[in-house]
Amino acid sequence: MSTQVPETETETEAETKSKPNQERRMAEKAERREAADRERLAREELEAADETVHLKVFRYDPEVEGKQEPRFDDFHVPFEKGMTVLDALIYARDHYDSSLTFRHSCRQAICGSDAMFVNGSQRLCCKTQLGELETPVRVEPLPHQEVVKDLVVDMQHFYDQMEAVEPYFQTDGTPNGELEEQRQDRKNREKIKMSTRCIWCGACMSSCNIAAGDNEYLGPAAINKAYRFYMDEREGKDMQEHRMRVLEQEHGVWRCQTQFSCTEVCPKDIPLTEHIQELKREAVKSNLKFW
Amino acid sequence: MHEHDVIVVGGGGAGLRAAIAASEEGADTAIVTKLHPVRSHTGAAEGGINAALREGDSWEDHAYDTMKGSDYLGDAPAIETLAKDAPEEVINLEHWGMPFSREDDGRVSQRPFGGLSFPRTTYAGAETGHHLLHTMYEQAVKHGIQVYDEWQVTELAVTDHEDPEDRKCHGVVAYDVKHGNVEGFKANRGVILATGGPGQVYDHTTNAVSNTGDGYAMAYRAGVPLEDMEFVQFHPTTLPSTGVLISEGVRGEGGMLYNADGERFMFEHGYANNEGELASRDVVSRAELTEVNEGRGVDDEYVYLDMRHLGEERILDRLENILHLAEDFEGVDGLVEPMPVKPGQHYEMGGIETDENGETCIEGLYAAGESACVSVHGSNRLGGNALPELIVFGKRAGHHAAGKDMKEAEITTGYTDECEPGEVDTPVAPGSVRDTSDGVAADGGPESADDSGTRRTRSDGGALADPQAVVERTVEHERERVQSFLEEDEGVQHAAIREDLQASMTENVNVFRNEDGLRTALEDIREARERYQDVCVDDPSRTFNTDLLHTLETRNLIDLAEAITLGALAREEFRGAHWRQEFQERRDDEWLKHTLLRWNDGSPELFYKPVILEGESKTYEPKVRSY
Repeated sequence: MSTQVPETETETEAETKSKPNQERRMAEKAERREAADRERLAREELEAADETVHLKVFRYDPEVEGKQEPRFDDFHVPFEKGMTVLDALIYARDHYDSSLTFRHSCRQAICGSDAMFVNGSQRLCCKTQLGELETPVRVEPLPHQEVVKDLVVDMQHFYDQMEAVEPYFQTDGTPNGELEEQRQDRKNREKIKMSTRCIWCGACMSSCNIAAGDNEYLGPAAINKAYRFYMDEREGKDMQEHRMRVLEQEHGVWRCQTQFSCTEVCPKDIPLTEHIQELKREAVKSNLKFW
Repeated sequence: MHEHDVIVVGGGGAGLRAAIAASEEGADTAIVTKLHPVRSHTGAAEGGINAALREGDSWEDHAYDTMKGSDYLGDAPAIETLAKDAPEEVINLEHWGMPFSREDDGRVSQRPFGGLSFPRTTYAGAETGHHLLHTMYEQAVKHGIQVYDEWQVTELAVTDHEDPEDRKCHGVVAYDVKHGNVEGFKANRGVILATGGPGQVYDHTTNAVSNTGDGYAMAYRAGVPLEDMEFVQFHPTTLPSTGVLISEGVRGEGGMLYNADGERFMFEHGYANNEGELASRDVVSRAELTEVNEGRGVDDEYVYLDMRHLGEERILDRLENILHLAEDFEGVDGLVEPMPVKPGQHYEMGGIETDENGETCIEGLYAAGESACVSVHGSNRLGGNALPELIVFGKRAGHHAAGKDMKEAEITTGYTDECEPGEVDTPVAPGSVRDTSDGVAADGGPESADDSGTRRTRSDGGALADPQAVVERTVEHERERVQSFLEEDEGVQHAAIREDLQASMTENVNVFRNEDGLRTALEDIREARERYQDVCVDDPSRTFNTDLLHTLETRNLIDLAEAITLGALAREEFRGAHWRQEFQERRDDEWLKHTLLRWNDGSPELFYKPVILEGESKTYEPKVRSY
């Protein structure tokens, strides 16, 4: 810093020059000591904890020897009240194995990054309480998607399906007046409310048997996205007809066999199956109109 | 090498808005982001978007409230631009289909928020950010904007001129998370940084794990000053165990704060006799901690936020998301019991110094959103002013970068004639660690010292003129850095460094600050830097190596922690969110000025620039700020 007392600066530099190796060795030693301390602390923490939770975590890495064959690793994590599956994964990664890989970001069920297969069902790890699960807790990547590494799956197919339904607001015209908004009835806003809560986590798609067997099936998330626009009165009738053509195609709403698995796993409680059923009824109505 | 006209770094609200704007101007635009856009932390914003839309309100009032909220450290041209452009931008979002909450007449709803003289916070339930983010991503899809998602930008490709003001930005270098390649992205017209906040500098924060302030750190190292970094907002209502945000909307709708004795302390202990719970965030956060420090906190840690009296119907209509958050992350049912809350890091008022058009002092380099400092928020941001900032200044940056003809900015950037040099006495030298053995790997940067201890000059002749060469050189450098991280198999884990850094910042550079604490923090930061010289990445894989990514991020956090703390130590007054034990008053005679800090090739340099209080048609006179 420009304002640094000059003497100090010179002194530091001189020291660095005269004995850099020694300092480095000392620093390394301190690091090792610290690392050892840290491990000891982690061990103590573990011993002191009244409870630990046993996790069995799926591991796979296509290019790392020993991980090319999928396997399960065991982690024992000190349990604290209120701890989520994500908390446990973070603890395991930061204290035991820094190569443990999973997506996560917001920690509050809004970014949709951390949907995984926990004890046999699709869940958002950040809002799944460890205390409510049977142990050992088995954590696997979302089924029916290609595994990239450990708990990370390839989301591209999910994104492609979302984009296939023209997932953007379209209307013939918006009001021209300065600062004039489109009016929307409170009831209509309420009608689309649940459908707008989707966080693109992919849990529904992963749980769906139909999607697993038919790669072209739009799937519950994309159909729900289309529902969100189809039901929005601001888009207008012409657009509604256009959207229906997308939805009633061969791999659209009719593929759904009403198994409710998507609805059961949705972390945002979106009534996905009901939305799909409603669109089927709309499809029937719209076809009757042309007869 | 990839090539586009405009490269936007970051896919949150500001980045998406900038990309759409640039695309609308005909620029071939791409977003490069370490997350898929819909994962961005804009999605976690709850409360709303301030905009003077209704009769009885005016942009002038919005500007006045914002200036007062900033404690007279916002620049009038920035604030007035925000207040004037916000209404049009909000209506624009409505035209893009954003599902705002509605009034009986079908118009978008607005509600009261802290520090506002009119209920001008436009909202969509208590999940406004989620809807804003998704609505804008939808538009980006509609425009066919190319998105490189899960590509982490690690460095900017900037020329080597001696003075930062002479440098040019020609692109970025990014790491492809899925495949492990380091690639160059050449930007023919401009690079826009929209990388969000640095919340991970602290351990109790509302910010996402990904909010590591990468944009600030990259711009800083490239020579752009960071402005007013000492002003960190601590939000008064976060859940104690996780830092999850409970929207100001709860208080906006009538929620009340109580201490352990059941007193409504904002009034009963005189913190804000008029506005009570709806005083500005800095005021409420200090009040809560004072209650706790004086023994009136619950469990010596938090206070209660009570919304039960609003009734189930109103809560479900306007604040439903809050019920889910309180239930899922604190195990509390907001309908039948009060919610425990305490202050948590929430927002960085400072940032990359820009003008009203988003431009920095480096040609071709822009910033927008939380990572930028125009400066709209000064020393304290009002609730509901972050989202309009994203869309107003994101759009402007996008337009300017794409080459749209725009009014010349009134705010100046870089070291100008009005600037004065600053001084701060630090216990340890800040800036880069001059590691003589391998400068490239950890502390990084072409600016590191050579073996003789003297700095290499930045100028290296002919390569400067050719943008392609500038990008290629940066790619080479970053490949080397990544390679050396992957090869190093002994050393310290980044997670250990990050954890200690966060703990020290939370302990020493929090709501209440004093000189001893700040000096201790600087020592801890120095130690973190030194340890980082020996950082290693255990995971050898090129496939989705989050160990490597987080290690790269931790370096950014160290730079930002230092910038925040240096500013906090330098500023000897109490203004807005910056409280100093030794200096209990706002000192306008000396401190109506912005703190600027530039990297200066590894020897951080402090300077000041006067605040602009002259607006379009009036001058804002600093007054005592009371609520």
